[in-house]
Amino acid sequence: MRRAGIAGPAHRRPPAPTPRWVESLKLELKGITKSFGALVANDHIDLVVEPGQIHSLLGENGAGKSTLMNVLYGLHQPTSGEIHVDGSAVAFAGPADAMAVGIGMVHQHFMLVPVFTVAENVALGNESTGRGGILDLDATRRRIREISAQFGFDVDPDALVGELPVGVQQRVEIIKALAREAKVLILDEPTAVLTPQETDELMDIMRQLKANGTSIVFISHKLREVKAVSDKITVIRRGKVVGTADPSAPTTELASMMVGRSVSLTLEKSAAEPGETTFAVTNLTVTNDAGQRVVDDVTFAVSRGEILGIAGVQGNGQTELAEAVLGLRRHVRGSITLGGTELVGRSVREVLDAGVGYVPEDRQDDGLVGGFSIAENLVLDLYKQRPFSRRATLDRAAIAANAAAKVAEFDVRTLSAADPVATLSGGNQQKVVLARELSRPLKLFLASQPTRGVDVGSIEFLHKRIVAERDAGTPVLIVSTELDEVLELSDRIAVLFAGKLMGVVPGKSSRELLGLMMAGLTVDEARAHLDHPDATIEREPA
Amino acid sequence: MTDPAPRTTEPAPEQAPLPAPTTRPRQDGEGGRVVREILSGNAVISVLAVIVALIIGAILIAVTDPRVGSAAGYFFASPGATVNAIWASVSDAYGALLRGATYDPGARTWQGKLGIFETLTFATPLILAGLSVTLAFRTGLFNIGAQGQIILGATFAGAAGFFLDLPVGLHLVVVILAGALGGALWGGIAGVLKAKTGAHEVIVTIMLNYIAAALVLYLLKNQLKDPNSTNPVSPKMPDNALYPLLLGPNFRLHAGFILAIAAVLAVGWLLNRSTLGFEYRAIGTNPLAARTAGMIVSRGYITVMLIAGALAGLAGTAQVAGTEKSLDAEVAGSIGFDAITVALLGRSTPWGTFFAALLFGAFKAGGTSMAVNADVSIDIVAVVQSLIVLFIAAPPLIRSMFRIRAVRREGASA
Ligand SMILES: Nc1ncnc2c1ncn2[C@@H]1O[C@H](COP(=O)(O)OP(=O)(O)OP(=O)(O)O)[C@@H](O)[C@H]1O
Ligand SMILES: [Mg+2]
Repeated sequence: MRRAGIAGPAHRRPPAPTPRWVESLKLELKGITKSFGALVANDHIDLVVEPGQIHSLLGENGAGKSTLMNVLYGLHQPTSGEIHVDGSAVAFAGPADAMAVGIGMVHQHFMLVPVFTVAENVALGNESTGRGGILDLDATRRRIREISAQFGFDVDPDALVGELPVGVQQRVEIIKALAREAKVLILDEPTAVLTPQETDELMDIMRQLKANGTSIVFISHKLREVKAVSDKITVIRRGKVVGTADPSAPTTELASMMVGRSVSLTLEKSAAEPGETTFAVTNLTVTNDAGQRVVDDVTFAVSRGEILGIAGVQGNGQTELAEAVLGLRRHVRGSITLGGTELVGRSVREVLDAGVGYVPEDRQDDGLVGGFSIAENLVLDLYKQRPFSRRATLDRAAIAANAAAKVAEFDVRTLSAADPVATLSGGNQQKVVLARELSRPLKLFLASQPTRGVDVGSIEFLHKRIVAERDAGTPVLIVSTELDEVLELSDRIAVLFAGKLMGVVPGKSSRELLGLMMAGLTVDEARAHLDHPDATIEREPA
Repeated sequence: MTDPAPRTTEPAPEQAPLPAPTTRPRQDGEGGRVVREILSGNAVISVLAVIVALIIGAILIAVTDPRVGSAAGYFFASPGATVNAIWASVSDAYGALLRGATYDPGARTWQGKLGIFETLTFATPLILAGLSVTLAFRTGLFNIGAQGQIILGATFAGAAGFFLDLPVGLHLVVVILAGALGGALWGGIAGVLKAKTGAHEVIVTIMLNYIAAALVLYLLKNQLKDPNSTNPVSPKMPDNALYPLLLGPNFRLHAGFILAIAAVLAVGWLLNRSTLGFEYRAIGTNPLAARTAGMIVSRGYITVMLIAGALAGLAGTAQVAGTEKSLDAEVAGSIGFDAITVALLGRSTPWGTFFAALLFGAFKAGGTSMAVNADVSIDIVAVVQSLIVLFIAAPPLIRSMFRIRAVRREGASA
């Protein structure tokens, strides 16, 4: 039986066998300015990354963090300003130049070839592993084992990348950078896709890299993580550095420095006043194409005016459950009813038309069409309705007017709603998805990872919007691997483990209880365990 | 932003200078859009690809010209002579090409003078077939099968022409509809196979091209054969079934060209203005997101291949009821394949396709004149066309040649 380690960092990494000290490198950005047309994404930014430091960048969505890192990694040419490495100015025509001086970057969307092995991926485009143009995979394997051993990565050089979990794929990216002797590692929102366990492990890895002399530039919207690992914090707002902060500064101070106003980090919401139960999932079983039961006989219900959170470690059936509700899954048995209508067997269109607002877990893959404008994305599932179209013809003016209203309401940072949505910063893309899904009369709001990549200020706003939706009488289902978020929003919490429902508990339950349930204990077992921590748990083998 | 009430579009004063959430929806007139498309990096690459291909073509013309060769013999004695010879050689050839394709004051007949109408005649099926490729491409499908769809369209149109006896006007309409139906049938097969079995449309359409070629040959030897001929050709189309000539009997330009322009407008509306086109473009860019938004991807594949096939079928009618006036095994020539280049050169936009088709029509019309009047092999035109394909297919090459910065779209990186 799969059991997720919830008891903190259970396995400490073995100490490095032969510490290979990397030569440290001092990095200075001087007056970096980067404009995209009329938009100034970076405005005279000065930044010093000292050798062997973890330097965090904080800033709201669209502040210019990713842009700055892309400049540093040679993906963008700065409009003006200089990059200095160990005191001398350098210019990067592309990432290859940045790598040559020892700067590596792990993107949030990994740049790995899924059908290649780890070793092949690491060797890809790395000239130093081949001699005379011949790929030396053995040397690469050796190097991967070396790095793995040194940092306790536990990565098999011959594993196929596509079959590895996200957290391990990320390590492959880090190995890729280290194999190229990266002395500065840029991590742009690396934890957005990780489970809390993987996040803890990543932070351990970061500390070890630092102990080894590697500097790290770290970007995250989770202030807890930033405070835990940083040596120094630089805050960026609207393209400018607005100050530096000490990692020991209180979270609220960091948050208000980022956003430029005071942010309330805890959601104030009234108690739920549940009405009639309109959404019910009964004996739902979802089988994947390989024939495994990914959702296993799950039954629960959500009432109007209530938020049900679904907690669980990533990969325990939440994604499939949400997709089954929307009608995206084949092999669904059981029943899903909304206001008395059966949803199982309906098309996505019919489910959406029945009044379901759906926020997919992965905005870029499932939620947005990158090449479409922001305005078009804001009507991606509404284009057939008035006023956005009439007699099969789109009404551009209505689409533009809708975009103007949503962009303002949800504070999407853009110069023009006619720009491709792909030019938005990650958090702003997420806001576009939420703005779209919350912008029509709903009978059910179903959101997976609703605030992934969103800054604290916008989280406050979005959470309030979701609660407002609840108070308007909509049943709300929030699927999140972020326990904080689930606890914050939910009136009741259901926990999934290995596709099974471990139980439904009140919204104010303790983390310990939820943690045990997320590790595979039913409510009763978990409660018993908390009452008598020493007693061994009797249970039938699954 | 502390309350969920809608904010006004006016930025708060302290936010004014920077990316505040202001919105200035562009006044998106048709003209503005065309200009933006032409000015966008992609159109620049298309134009550069044509220019570079023409320059390389010029080099080939010069080195194969004996006048240049003999002048180069005394290059050191008189370098100017070589330069002059090169200039004369290239300007003769391209001058003849241009005059042949547009207006040649030196020609004796009006047909000879006004090559522009030959250009439009050649362009007509290219426009229609190019639109077929463009439309499918925008939906994420690579329609290699325009060739087969043209053949089927021409065959159906031909059959409707020979076997029916209908009054003026009606007969042509029936011929046109039959052509569209034949092409739609052939395209639809690829669409259905893609949607239902996931069979890759490139493989399927290539196969269908072979089948179409074999099928038309079989029919031309049997059911569609002209009883008075020993060759596998059909009888002549009856007059009622032909596109009317636009400029009288001296020019081949026929009403199919009007149909082609109408098709450009229709596809433009379909792609950019209609809800169906919205679906096609969404499916073409991100089928996963399209599916999540309630669009039925498989239905999109089927319907778009029906429409794309119909467009290529119309190109077939332009051949059989326009320029050729009868059906033979070569009815599609290389139009179905040139259409792919035309669509790529036109950056998969309807008007881009239109202008690219005009260019290719001009190559065809002017190529003959270049061969006759400047004694330059017509193969040069084929070389230039192939070079265009090469440069279009390898935009990084063109970019590095002209140091154009790649337009990056990685704002998506978190
Ligand atoms: N390729 C691009 N073209 C046009 N504008 C861009 C492009 N890339 C980024 N921008 C704009 O630059 C600004 C800064 O974006 P950036 O991605 O750096 O923000 P960020 O700080 O990383 O935000 P987030 O926390 O949401 O990831 C945004 O307003 C964005 O819309
Ligand atoms: Mg970012």
